Amino acid sequence: MKVILKNVNILNPEQKLKETKTNILLSDGKIVKIGELTAEDTKGEKKEFDLTGKYVVPGFFDMHVHLREPGREDEETVITGCQSAANGGFTGLACMPNTEPAIDSAEVVSLIKKQAKDQLTDVFIIGAATVGRKGEIISPMAELKESGVVGFSDDGVAIKTAAILRRVMEYSGMYNLPIIEHCEDETLAGGAMNEGLNSTKLGLPPIPSVAEDLIVSRDILMAEYTHSKIHIAHISTKKSVEMVRQAKKSGIKISAEVTPHHFTLTDDFIKTYDTNYKMNPPLRTKSDVDEVISGLRDGTIDCIASDHAPHSAEEKEVEFEFAPNGIIGLETQIGVALTELYHKKILSLEQVIEKMAINPRKILNIPVPKIQPGELANLTILDLDEVWTVDFDSFKSKSQNSPFNKRLLTGRASGVINKNQMYFEGEFFNI
Amino acid sequence: MPLSNRHLLGLQGVPKEDIQLILETTKTFREVLERPIKKVPTLQGKTVVNLFFENSTRTRISFELAEKRLSADAINFAASSSSVSKGETFKDTIRNIEAMKVDMVVARHSAAGTPRFLTQICDASIINAGDGIHEHPTQALLDMYSIKEKLGKIEGLKVCIVGDIAHSRVALSNIYGLITMGAKVSVCGPSTMIPRFIHDLGVDVIYDIDEAIQENDVLNVLRIQLERKAREYFPSIREYATFFGITEERLEKNGKDILIMHPGPINRGVELSNAVADGLNQIILQQVTNGVAVRMAVLYLLGTMN
Repeated sequence: MKVILKNVNILNPEQKLKETKTNILLSDGKIVKIGELTAEDTKGEKKEFDLTGKYVVPGFFDMHVHLREPGREDEETVITGCQSAANGGFTGLACMPNTEPAIDSAEVVSLIKKQAKDQLTDVFIIGAATVGRKGEIISPMAELKESGVVGFSDDGVAIKTAAILRRVMEYSGMYNLPIIEHCEDETLAGGAMNEGLNSTKLGLPPIPSVAEDLIVSRDILMAEYTHSKIHIAHISTKKSVEMVRQAKKSGIKISAEVTPHHFTLTDDFIKTYDTNYKMNPPLRTKSDVDEVISGLRDGTIDCIASDHAPHSAEEKEVEFEFAPNGIIGLETQIGVALTELYHKKILSLEQVIEKMAINPRKILNIPVPKIQPGELANLTILDLDEVWTVDFDSFKSKSQNSPFNKRLLTGRASGVINKNQMYFEGEFFNI
Repeated sequence: MPLSNRHLLGLQGVPKEDIQLILETTKTFREVLERPIKKVPTLQGKTVVNLFFENSTRTRISFELAEKRLSADAINFAASSSSVSKGETFKDTIRNIEAMKVDMVVARHSAAGTPRFLTQICDASIINAGDGIHEHPTQALLDMYSIKEKLGKIEGLKVCIVGDIAHSRVALSNIYGLITMGAKVSVCGPSTMIPRFIHDLGVDVIYDIDEAIQENDVLNVLRIQLERKAREYFPSIREYATFFGITEERLEKNGKDILIMHPGPINRGVELSNAVADGLNQIILQQVTNGVAVRMAVLYLLGTMN
């Protein structure tokens, strides 16, 4: 079947491609032609979309997602996670290994791949860095790589000791795969919110920012020593951003991501003990948010990722200290980024695309989709100016734990195209 | 004039007029406690549940007595004897209790913010009887009442809270209440037990106990919770007692008539020496009596609001 995207703007900074008010012809999921279309071009079975004012860009990619399968299928499955990604404007994602069992064997990898096979969303897999994420024995990294894993992490916790970290980095270095690190010193961890005046006022056990900074500094030094690639997940403190900036200047192979909540919200939001503001790393202070934003602006922070962490309502509707960490983000992320970064003129649209489509794939050695004839269509369609109110009842995710519910946003994804499928304004269809 | 809020979750943000009203009402009930028949019919027909998810003897007894003196129907719920251990969620437990038509809930819980959470999932009036390391408002109210009873005022007094400030709900409630009432508040203890950002609450930090004695009119000495994590925060009980314990020698050396308070239970020989714990400066047992009267006042004011 043919698909005609009419009157679109096209933007792909990776190809230095920028076109306005043009047309894209797809046939059987492939890009056939860009430009004026003839009667011959549009003959036969087809679907036409007038996308006046909208942008067609390389499919967005979220490199930090918890799909919860296997183990907590009541909170999310590979399939609902993929649908949530499509609804949020993503054609690809990388899922984290803190499942039950952890993704530390080829069997678990193949289970996830099987579930994801027919989905529009490309699912890439991050393997556990150590067996069972326990920080004791290196995971079978070669086997995992063979089965298609694109990086390693013990996400949820940092790799336990410097000695294990060294071995993990050396071993993964053979395959040039990145280590993705959740940076938190476990001896300083265990609190419920950022340490500050707010934690004192609320009487909640504090997590000091130095718990993150210590592991970021350890990992930078170890990456330098072992010449390995390190990726800092969900960076959240001022000091950590400064250290990553410095490390990049010294030529260390380091990259970093930030979540939409860490560049938007502060610990002031916890006043009512709403557990939708409980996550790890915790929401920090205004000065941390300001530094994170400078990091996004100057390129210290390479990408934006959601840390999509579904939790059931029963688990979240409890005493703040007892609630699990994490919020969902796949379906609000593009709206929050466009509202807070693009419309506030912190990032250009090109930079948003780099941070949400191009850089995450480069970090994980995944080819970046091209928008040119002959290529498979892997596209996100953006409406930069649509004003909408977040409503978690419209989410495709199985869970609803979002602090952005009811928030007014400007800009969203109208649809996505990938793997011979299209999702547009709430509907999936084969193309 | 009624209170401005139908719950008592803490003293943060509670206006001066409300605290004054509670303290004035306490005075009335304090007189009731001196009568031969100590019971009034004020809350007849009202049901109060004492919901204790954490062990407590004196606070629970004090509330229960206050409820009975006001003729309310008091029911005790302790987590250990409940379905919580059978896997029921907290929310379901609360909904079940509420379905039995209760008017007020007195809640003690190890997690901060639980009383506020209760206001979101049930309609009863909520009184915080201590939530984690957050607040314990009735303790601070009884402390303030006791100061006023003894010294005639609160405004302009210098009050120092001594001990493990970081893990104390009594400290935070006292800080909020005393500052609202116009006292000058400081804290004194080992630096590992002082929250890093406490100064931003308008509180001075003192590390020298002699200076704390010299500078203040009142010392509110907190219990070092030996059974809790507190032990990780100082080298030894001996060192704590030597450098932060209040002894008669210290009081004499500083030649100062100072009011000594303690929320109990006391670790004799640790935060207070035997002589000081039984001495002329302390009002520890008056605090306990006043506690019943303060809780009667709070129950009465909240229970008769609608």
